[in-house]
Amino acid sequence: MPRVVVDVMLKPEILDPQGQAVANALPRLGVSDVASVRIGRRIEIEFTGEPDLDRAREIADKLLANPVIEDFTVRLAETDETVDAHR
Amino acid sequence: MTARVGVVTFPGSLDDGDAARAVRISGAEPVRLWHGDPALHGVDAVVLPGGFSYGDYLRCGAIARFAPVMETIVDAARGGLPVLGICNGFQILCEAHLLPGALTRNQHLHFRNRDQVLRIEAVGTAWTNAFQSGQEVLIPVKNGEGCYVADPATLDRLEAEGRVVARYVGGNPNGSQRDIAAITNEAGNVVGIMPHPEHAVEALTGPSLDGLGFFTSVLKHLVGAPA
Repeated sequence: MPRVVVDVMLKPEILDPQGQAVANALPRLGVSDVASVRIGRRIEIEFTGEPDLDRAREIADKLLANPVIEDFTVRLAETDETVDAHR
Repeated sequence: MTARVGVVTFPGSLDDGDAARAVRISGAEPVRLWHGDPALHGVDAVVLPGGFSYGDYLRCGAIARFAPVMETIVDAARGGLPVLGICNGFQILCEAHLLPGALTRNQHLHFRNRDQVLRIEAVGTAWTNAFQSGQEVLIPVKNGEGCYVADPATLDRLEAEGRVVARYVGGNPNGSQRDIAAITNEAGNVVGIMPHPEHAVEALTGPSLDGLGFFTSVLKHLVGAPA
């Protein structure tokens, strides 16, 4: 069943201390050419029937993201985009 | 008649017991409310306690906002019911859009737990009328996501309308914008505060008795409020 992917990111003007902490840890890996890191959240939604982007947008706006501090995008998952995308 | 002050328990609430105790010490009758029960059982005011409702999943307070009891509380708060949100309760009030802005991860990423001096700046609210403007109080703060943020226009409006209820003094524990520790809504019946007044109501367990003022304020407010 096709999934809907919602990406939630802190708005650019909101400080992301988690991202900063990760960025600050990178030199310990020997990585020195990263200017900044920002951390967001990816949510995958499976509908019982056809994927409904409008409904997904409503879910994102009301629950998944807090519009005061976060932006979100909603899209259909690519066909080759699988749950174990880490491979 | 003794005022009845409701204290909500969500799954993961931590300070509901202390909040109920503070209500009792202030001279009111604490009434335990349950997240899954939309009835308010005739309470005159409500406290949303601290803790980690729903495990802080997604965002602090994001899921509690949709609890059956919250739908009733949001409606009642819009109608003037005094509501005090402490710590996680403050986060829930922001998520429920009863208060503007949001609480985010402490800027330094560390959990902060210490006795904190606050300056009370708005004494016209249902929860702070027992204080004097500019009064400094000592109240425990303990949070990991207590950094208050809002856009500059919202912050300016809060300041202009005298809705910054309390500010941190002697060091900002979490990076909150403009040192904001507590705010109120336009009507002054809804207050969100990050530090914990319910932990400062007895000499045995708290650093002061300063927290009691929040709970006696609402009793004063209820006596003066039109029926």
